[in-house]
Amino acid sequence: MSGTTATAVTTGVTRRPGAVGPSDPPRRRPSWRLGDAIVPIFAGLAFLYLLVPIAYTVAFSFNQAGRTNLVWRGFTLDNWRNPCGAPQVCEALVNSLKVGGIATVVSTALGTLIALALVRYRFRGRAAANLLIFLPMSTPEVVLGAALLAQFLSLRVNPGFTTVVVAHIMFCISFVVVTVKARVASLDPRLEEAAADLYASSWQAFWRVTFPLLIPGIAAAALLAFSLSFDDFIITNFNSGNFTTFPKFVYVSATRGIPAQANVIGSAMFALALLLVVAVQVVSVARRRRT
Amino acid sequence: MTIVSAIGHGPGNGPASPPPAAQGRRGRSGAYLLLLPGMAYLTLFFVFPVVALLLTSLYAPVPGGDIGQYQPAFEWRNYVVALSSYWPQMLRSFLYALTATVAAFLIGYPMAYVIAVRARGRPFLQGMLLVLVIAPFFTSFILRTIAWKQILADESFVVAALRAVQLLPPDGRLTATGFAVVCGLTYNFLPFMTLPIYASLERLDPRLVEAGGDLYAGAPTTFLRVTLPLSMPGVVSGTLLTFIPASGDYVNSVLLGNNTTTMIGQVIDSRFFKVADYPSAAALSVVLMAAILLLVSAYVRRSGTEELL
Repeated sequence: MSGTTATAVTTGVTRRPGAVGPSDPPRRRPSWRLGDAIVPIFAGLAFLYLLVPIAYTVAFSFNQAGRTNLVWRGFTLDNWRNPCGAPQVCEALVNSLKVGGIATVVSTALGTLIALALVRYRFRGRAAANLLIFLPMSTPEVVLGAALLAQFLSLRVNPGFTTVVVAHIMFCISFVVVTVKARVASLDPRLEEAAADLYASSWQAFWRVTFPLLIPGIAAAALLAFSLSFDDFIITNFNSGNFTTFPKFVYVSATRGIPAQANVIGSAMFALALLLVVAVQVVSVARRRRT
Repeated sequence: MTIVSAIGHGPGNGPASPPPAAQGRRGRSGAYLLLLPGMAYLTLFFVFPVVALLLTSLYAPVPGGDIGQYQPAFEWRNYVVALSSYWPQMLRSFLYALTATVAAFLIGYPMAYVIAVRARGRPFLQGMLLVLVIAPFFTSFILRTIAWKQILADESFVVAALRAVQLLPPDGRLTATGFAVVCGLTYNFLPFMTLPIYASLERLDPRLVEAGGDLYAGAPTTFLRVTLPLSMPGVVSGTLLTFIPASGDYVNSVLLGNNTTTMIGQVIDSRFFKVADYPSAAALSVVLMAAILLLVSAYVRRSGTEELL
């Protein structure tokens, strides 16, 4: 800390004290006089741009009921008291939770195994395996949806719950692989070697050493998979037939007016996710301070 | 492989993939066992469907059959017919996606910079700002787009303000325009741009920027010659993660546009579901996929990021 203060003094740059963690190397910042103000202001506006539509969504969950929910009519808590009040809203929500749950579990399991193989082994066909992971990510959703539908049509499979689950698992796998891969790559291989030195079998070393260290990565991947699945519309729309998920319900009802209950559910999910992430953040910062 | 490595460089991806730790320690069969279930799944539900899509794009109508009845054929003219009718929508999709990508870069880079560089050493602030960036992921994509529809609607305060300062003529509107569609696309994919750039800037050694200053480079020069080139891997993956989904999206153009802003995804959807013209929908999908793969590989090669990765 004293190092940074010293450099700040010598370069004549004022900075907020106490801002630098103990692990940071002493450094000084080039003096961006104009940029010093402009960049944060611009970024602040960008954050505003990001948050205004969310504020709208939350605000309109408190709007008094009407045929549509586009104009403000006055504050009410009725929608929050009765979130299932509009037809089909909760049915669609339950469908989305079911699809998301299954897709998350299956894609996280399959993706984690692939990530382990890709980081831990050199093998023939590695390039092909990498390609197969990344092609689905570099294909627009509409093409993925159309391709799956073409396959289901030619196999004469009726679209519905099962086809939606199958599709969601498919597009989640790649994202799980990428997320878990980063975690596996950052593990210190010496930890497993140490376990081997202590006469652990490779099976024991994996379950007692490696796997616990991978849990944060796997959890992050599972959360990502769930949010991708829960929010997917385009691929679902192609492969769902009469089956309705929450995003599809909102999209379909957009033409005749979305009930405020949809905003209630959207806002509640937002609040839950935000709480979860902030809690994780607070815990990890506190833990870092302690060490 | 270049496309692959560029996209793979997503948020949270560690420093350029280190050599595998335990080479061949447990033999190769272990690798294949781990890969088998996932790869089999992707083959069944990604590779086969793409092949089915290719085959469908060449189907011909059953002679004397009902609407929506097709038989295997090699009707390559499907492509000619589909493209000659829908090239404007195809072109528009790429144009809108490109504009949205550039806009997202201009907005996302300063955000990423502030989080990674200005907030460096303040983990709590950094964490909170990152939460704000990913916050849109927590509300439904469609609900957010509908919120945009409300914000840009004729009776909204934004339109009233723009009219008041005469940036918009008194009868001018924002909703149901190409501008609104691009605005929505930019908004919806902004986090995909910001997060990879953040990840690149986060890893940037501040001493390099300092060295630029020591060598008497002014701040803008240091930024252009040191910071920006070193964050290129993030910029490349951010632009890809924005451009690819934006070019296939049709939620924004349906909800925020009108019939002059139709994008190709909308056409594919309506060919499939409204007129059951599967071959032309499939042909358009194949063209979209091929065009994106070509554009992306040219872009990755040109930006020279394969060396940086």
